[in-house]
Amino acid sequence: MSFLDLFRNLDQLFVNVSGWLLGLLPDWLQPWASIAMRIGVIAAIAPAIMMYLTWIERKAIARMQNRYGPTRVGIYGLAQPLADGLKMLNKEDIVPRGADRLVHLIAPVLAVAPAILLFAVMPFGRNLIAADLNVGLLYVFAISSISSYAIFMGGWASRSKFSVLGAMRGVAQIVSYEVPSVLSAVAVIMVTGSLSLGTIVESQAGYWFVFTPWGFVACLIFFLSGVAEVNRTPFDMPEAESELVGGFHTEYSGMKFALWYMAEFLESFAVCAFTVALFLGGWHGPAIPFWVLALALAILIGTARLLPLPVRGVGALVMVGAGVFWAAQPIPSWIWFLSKTYFLFFVLVWFRGTFPRLRADQLMGLAWKFFLPLALVNILVAGVWLMPQTPVRWAPCLLILWGAVSLLVAVNKPSITDRRTYVLAD
Amino acid sequence: MVGRGVLKGMWLVLREFLSTYPLGRMVLRVTGQPAGNRLVTVQYPDEKQQHAERFRYFPFLVYDQTPDNLRCVACKICEQECPPQCIHIVGPAKDEQGRPLKVHGRTYPVEFDIDTSICMSCRICVDVCPFDAIEMDNQYEMSSTERFGEMAFNKEKLLKSNEYFQQIKPTEASVVDQRLEAKKPKPAPTQPPTPPSAA
Repeated sequence: MSFLDLFRNLDQLFVNVSGWLLGLLPDWLQPWASIAMRIGVIAAIAPAIMMYLTWIERKAIARMQNRYGPTRVGIYGLAQPLADGLKMLNKEDIVPRGADRLVHLIAPVLAVAPAILLFAVMPFGRNLIAADLNVGLLYVFAISSISSYAIFMGGWASRSKFSVLGAMRGVAQIVSYEVPSVLSAVAVIMVTGSLSLGTIVESQAGYWFVFTPWGFVACLIFFLSGVAEVNRTPFDMPEAESELVGGFHTEYSGMKFALWYMAEFLESFAVCAFTVALFLGGWHGPAIPFWVLALALAILIGTARLLPLPVRGVGALVMVGAGVFWAAQPIPSWIWFLSKTYFLFFVLVWFRGTFPRLRADQLMGLAWKFFLPLALVNILVAGVWLMPQTPVRWAPCLLILWGAVSLLVAVNKPSITDRRTYVLAD
Repeated sequence: MVGRGVLKGMWLVLREFLSTYPLGRMVLRVTGQPAGNRLVTVQYPDEKQQHAERFRYFPFLVYDQTPDNLRCVACKICEQECPPQCIHIVGPAKDEQGRPLKVHGRTYPVEFDIDTSICMSCRICVDVCPFDAIEMDNQYEMSSTERFGEMAFNKEKLLKSNEYFQQIKPTEASVVDQRLEAKKPKPAPTQPPTPPSAA
């Protein structure tokens, strides 16, 4: 295979390039080189992704608040993350007196390491997964829960009341939200019969799980629990800058502080990526037949009143052409995966732009009194969905879910106590 | 419906987001939403905000025609009234016998300093000045690399002409000019009382 052939098939571009590179090496070296290459690529792209996630977040949140965001360093502020990184590296690293120096140092490292480890099982595209473990999903939950240790270590080692408060809140929150998060993924495991992320994505070729009743509910629970687990607004109780200064990272500065942020952004990315892999079809494009897409787009363009008639005619023809082209699957799988993931990250920023922080009791209430029962009911619904005897499986599924949601909403309504009368006061 | 408020809030934020991009405004216009560019940022060194006429920063001393014809008579009322005490006046100028020196029929300060690092732009000095000798400037780009020397403005730095005042604040300057015109001694006594000659 010549070098140029690698670019013929964009879908398998990275797979072919890595295969070609490994082919240059002697046989005995290949397995080791393969491992080293995977590790190297992940270790290189994870910080790069994190840097530009900060840029995306700052730009998007600024636009939501009618500002520009970073504009001065490079065009559109694109060099801003580099400048920030340089600034962080140059800053003084302050450790408070009385802090546990060793744990203070280990904590941010322990926060970043699992976040990068999560990239190992991320299905970026068709055949593009660093390690398709057959217990991939279990690995995800096991690794991602390490971050609660890191947060508590960081808070405790800082010897600061704000840090300890933030860390305690953080641990309580992460432990609580792990439960509905895992239970919502159980439905996926039931339907696909596999814990391997590659298999889970492949089984969504016909339809994305989010377009089934159980999948929709599980997707919401999984994504929102994930948001809570990575301490993003509106669930950013552990940081809570208006209450706790900076929460568990109050006493961190310089590169250690940057590592906390890196962990947070990488985990946010991982949450988005795994939501995409489990529910939003992973690296599959939307399973729309090409003639349906062509017809719908042609009708849309052809009937748009704002456009002049010739434009409408040409547009309709172009759309039919685009629809036929769609049959050839022109968009590589890894672009589908990344664009869906970045869209979900935009949703995270959107949440941050919209919602105020939840109160501690509201936060716990949402996890234990709404998500947990709903996730349990959802497992039942997934079971109903799988029963071969139900020809119209939509109806019972929707009925059970609707009943469960309305019951939970009714039960969770905040009670307003009667006005107390004090007999002895008068 | 549960969660309607949540969705409504998210839609409002999305609308703000879209309204900052030309393409987004087009989308909003097609869907019949209000679509005005609401970006409020003024990118300062590149573009500057148009200030209102009454925008003020630090005070300056007004002179008529020539810089030695300043209106200040060194009465030190502003020095007394200044809340952060940023004004420092030495004067009025006196000769060796301790009699006040006069230029254009008025006493004048020997030194007049305003420490702009202390001034809080309250405009009280302008209000209390009986001679309309001090007015507020609208220059705000006065950063310096040195903290003590350059931020304390001396008399030379503070003196600005009445024309400049009329230019930056036409309304206020015309009021002041009218007031000064009314105060001016009538030309009836042709011979002003001659100062006692130093015998």
